[in-house]
Amino acid sequence: MDNRKRNGNVYTFIYAAIMVIVVAALLSFVSQVLKPRQVANMMAEKQQSILRSVHLEGNLYERYIRDTVVGPAHLALYICTLEDGTRKYIIPLAGKGLWGPLRGYLALNGDFRTIYGAVFDHDAETPGLGAEITTAAFSDSFRGKSLYQADRFVSLSILKPGKAASNPNAVDGISGGTLTSRGVENMIRESLEPYLPFFKHYE
Amino acid sequence: MNKRIFLDPIFKNNPVSVLALGICSALAVTVKLEPAMVMALSVTLVTGFSELILSLLRNTVPNRIRIIVQLVVVATLVILVDQILKAYAWQVSKQLSVFVGLIITNCIIMGRIEAFALSNKPFPAFVDGIANGLGYGIILVAVSFFRELLGSGTLMGYPVVPQKWYAVNGGFYENNGLFILPPMALIVVGLIVWVFNAQNDKKVWNK
Repeated sequence: MDNRKRNGNVYTFIYAAIMVIVVAALLSFVSQVLKPRQVANMMAEKQQSILRSVHLEGNLYERYIRDTVVGPAHLALYICTLEDGTRKYIIPLAGKGLWGPLRGYLALNGDFRTIYGAVFDHDAETPGLGAEITTAAFSDSFRGKSLYQADRFVSLSILKPGKAASNPNAVDGISGGTLTSRGVENMIRESLEPYLPFFKHYE
Repeated sequence: MNKRIFLDPIFKNNPVSVLALGICSALAVTVKLEPAMVMALSVTLVTGFSELILSLLRNTVPNRIRIIVQLVVVATLVILVDQILKAYAWQVSKQLSVFVGLIITNCIIMGRIEAFALSNKPFPAFVDGIANGLGYGIILVAVSFFRELLGSGTLMGYPVVPQKWYAVNGGFYENNGLFILPPMALIVVGLIVWVFNAQNDKKVWNK
């Protein structure tokens, strides 16, 4: 094709229009075809996260976990009944990290005061820094910690690494991930607060 | 001929160390080895196929919207890669999704399309894209190797520094936190560029 025609307005407009239509059709087709698999992956991941918060793994969701809603605001709550009959109450968490949303599940013991387990996930935290909140080393440090001081709800503090070992209301943060750690701290407090009346009611 | 197209971008004309393209993402994704490798692989595929497609289109693209056409092709490929990974390799896609934006804006892709794909036949263009991706990947893996080893004491997530060496366990060793932070990436890239170019020195500067 000669150069003059290739630089003309009409050709440019038609070229752009066709390109956009072709690309849009291709992308929406691919998205439609792959959607069911992606949704299935997402559901499977959610179920695995809930299971990991109570230290279980594998294809056990149906067997152990029951989901329900509580309170006038219909807050989501997952109840896990373990083999020995004890119940753990799993609360979904949502909050803000440094670069994007944070998510997680916090499993409480039957007293609604102490933590049985936790998992965290994120969309866009920095690998090696904030993204370390997904590691077992971080989430395991929540086990056995308490959300209460005497009868007062204090949630959890996330402190500088190395400061929290003996404090029942605190865990060690991530070095280099201070803002993400603070996001986790706020997420836990803000996500638990709506549940407090429900905890009282159960006691 | 094809051998040179393939080997030059990896060593003699490495996009990061010689052409200074793609430095931004080389700094951002090199804290750990694994995401760096995923990033290197994705960039290699996207550069290869976008150069192939644009080389096929090279005689039809209107000059005035050339860059827009390039961006559309690159962005489409990145979205396709992301969608397919989300459906068939969920774990990898979770690592990659953060970097999708970085792939689209990666200077190597646009730079090589402009410099090579628009004036060469499809097959050499594809080879050039793959080779530039690999050249970028080598630097990425080298930088992240040192950053993960010295900054976190792990490689691919596995601990390699013996636990009893650490000061908390009564040893003498402490991970160097500076390696996790972005400034150290710049220093490591600088050192690698220096080493990489030391043997090329005369060839590059005297010509």
